[in-house]
Amino acid sequence: MSGPQAEPRRLNMIEAINEALSVTMEGDPDIVVLGEDVGYFGGVFRATAGLQEKFGKNRVFDTPINECGIIGAAVGMGAYGLRPVPEIQFADYIYPGMDQLISEAARLRYRSAGEFIAPITVRSPFGGGIFGGQTHSQSPEAIFAHVSGLKTVIPSNPYDAKGLLIAAIEDNDPVIFFEPKRIYNGPFTGYYDKPVEPWKKHDDSVVPDGHYRVELGTARNVTEGDELTVLAYGTMVHVAKAVCEEKGINAEIVDLRTIVPLDIKVIEKSVKKTGKCLIVHEATRTSGFGAELSALVQEHCFYHLEAPVARVTGFDTPYPHSLEWAYFPGPVRIGEAIDKLLSE
Amino acid sequence: MGKSPVNADEARGNKPKLSLHVPEPHYRPGDAVDFSHVEITKAGDQARPDETCDAKDTHPLCLDLIRVLGDDDKAHGPWNPRLSPDTLRTMLHNFALVRAFDERMHRGQRQGKTSFYMKCTGEEATSVSAAMALASDDMVFPSYRQQGILIARGYPLVEMINQIYSNKGDKLKGRQLPIMYSSREHSFFTISGNLATQTPQAVGWAMASAIKGDSRIAATWIGEGSSAEGDFHSACTFAAVYNAPVILNVVNNQWAISSFSGFAGAERTSFAARAMGYGIAGLRVDGNDALAVFAAQQWAANRARSNAGPTLIEYFTYRAEGHSTSDDPSAYRSAHEREEWPLGDPVTRLKKHLIDLGEWSEEQHAAMDLACADEVKAATKEAEKNGILGHGLHHPFSTMFEDVFEELPWHLKEQSEQAIREREIKWPEGKKP
Repeated sequence: MSGPQAEPRRLNMIEAINEALSVTMEGDPDIVVLGEDVGYFGGVFRATAGLQEKFGKNRVFDTPINECGIIGAAVGMGAYGLRPVPEIQFADYIYPGMDQLISEAARLRYRSAGEFIAPITVRSPFGGGIFGGQTHSQSPEAIFAHVSGLKTVIPSNPYDAKGLLIAAIEDNDPVIFFEPKRIYNGPFTGYYDKPVEPWKKHDDSVVPDGHYRVELGTARNVTEGDELTVLAYGTMVHVAKAVCEEKGINAEIVDLRTIVPLDIKVIEKSVKKTGKCLIVHEATRTSGFGAELSALVQEHCFYHLEAPVARVTGFDTPYPHSLEWAYFPGPVRIGEAIDKLLSE
Repeated sequence: MGKSPVNADEARGNKPKLSLHVPEPHYRPGDAVDFSHVEITKAGDQARPDETCDAKDTHPLCLDLIRVLGDDDKAHGPWNPRLSPDTLRTMLHNFALVRAFDERMHRGQRQGKTSFYMKCTGEEATSVSAAMALASDDMVFPSYRQQGILIARGYPLVEMINQIYSNKGDKLKGRQLPIMYSSREHSFFTISGNLATQTPQAVGWAMASAIKGDSRIAATWIGEGSSAEGDFHSACTFAAVYNAPVILNVVNNQWAISSFSGFAGAERTSFAARAMGYGIAGLRVDGNDALAVFAAQQWAANRARSNAGPTLIEYFTYRAEGHSTSDDPSAYRSAHEREEWPLGDPVTRLKKHLIDLGEWSEEQHAAMDLACADEVKAATKEAEKNGILGHGLHHPFSTMFEDVFEELPWHLKEQSEQAIREREIKWPEGKKP
């Protein structure tokens, strides 16, 4: 028996994701998990550990190294009536499955006028910061945000990861669920040379048992502030927060959590209050999701803006292996942008 | 210019210079056609292994050609499905109805009633006879030339025409290119214009059926041209790995728009022979032989239902008409190919077989053709009450934004309002777009 003073239960991102899969699979026998190495081994990041043992090989199984086949088979399973949760081992590997996502999963409901749907959630670790080189570090979220019919979700902490993944799996539309792998085991402030802090010291690692949802399309104010608004998601929420704390800036950091559908109301309210907006993402700059955010902010908040909307992003190069920390949009790049915004 | 090392060519041995092979069809426009190089087997000569045999026992059949209907119009050998005269007449009627439908829809496109149409002339058996060998609730994942499946499954012609006209009766709300049907009720998956994507989906559906311990199987159709797509390799690999209860039908009609089958690898081996590399069952079948098509599909269905795994079937046939109403085949192939095609016409062959059995006559056939033409004409008139393409009788503007997602998000709501505003400006009261 635990007393009333018992410590709350804390999980890291991997454990939270694993629990979301387990909880939804217990409640819905139509949910199946498939992907490279997800079965007996439990996934290269351990996100599906124990699931095959618990739910059997009919519901959790390995696949050929064939992303087109993984997504294509998942679309067919969805048409049958299952609710597949395929894993693409790295977001960088998703491209062979793009036609099945863009032309098929995203379009079934529309082209069949609702006769067939693709209730699939494609989980995939994404982003850099783990010395993955150019094929294990990319952040391709803008490509998916550009596709009508897809939802794109990016959690930044264990609590959201579980609640968003449950909401994504229960959603009847196809969802791309990108997991920032740099923060699987602890939030990352961008100071790569400092020791990693584990999730258990972070408020958002308190994860309730059982079923709960974080609704898609809802952003969250991580901090309240009036000097400027920072729009970010995934790893960059933590990096931006650390920079603002270090600088003693009273910033309002908005964690978008899902980029499609986008919570425009929270963005609009915050930017109208602060009058200044910084957008931070790790992905490359040109036609990145920051471009869309920047356009939306000026469309919705132009007469409240006191300075041009600023973007801090990865550079428009492939993700370099040895120069990872020169590439990463870390504290220096963010700090410089904030200084410029606040001086205007 | 950089200088190559002296004697580098010599060092590699006395070989000719490398040269690229770009396939070229046997005949181009105006050429006389001689198909004597196409090996035609004797009907009835091909062995029929048990449906649950080892996949390798079928592999000799991948380079053979399964035929039942002989030049004598009789059914021969172990692949004879021994269908009743009633079933054969139903099949022939389906053929005739498909052909009448194709004729009328093609003409309708020429008359400006719609933007696009695709006939399946000469390939009727590959969809009709195959569909008749499946259960009506086995899930099919067709490509774009399998209208015969819908007709064999009794899908109303009016619904097909509504879709072709993109009119207000179109269940797909005018969103899809003509002939890209969908009917969940008839276990007919929504057709994609992106080729071969349906093949791994069919395998996934079949895997789901196996996961659930269901008894239904899946079947998919693809042209030989798009069998070159990676998706088809994905489908074969997944089908083999999970022993999925699925049938992979490759309709080898020799032409992919203007590219002959050589551009999909036909100069090297048969399409059925792909099965050998995946270790799955494979059959190569005379696609203009209705009985052979039925028998092969039935064999593969029985195999799938016995948990004995997938089958890849190549139907060797000929695309007698253009690719679509947007295509002019006289620009790239000899017009004599159609008349010289050594496997004849599937409708004529089945008709002659029924006559030979004493179960049909030329008079009955002519009457049936007339009745089919009338039936299609009546359905066309009925569908035209719902409008033809571009004449205003389409779905309301708001439907453009529905079904992108289950619920309409704010940004699509905004865009929907824009479209409605524009409508009032572009087409004021009284005028129709």
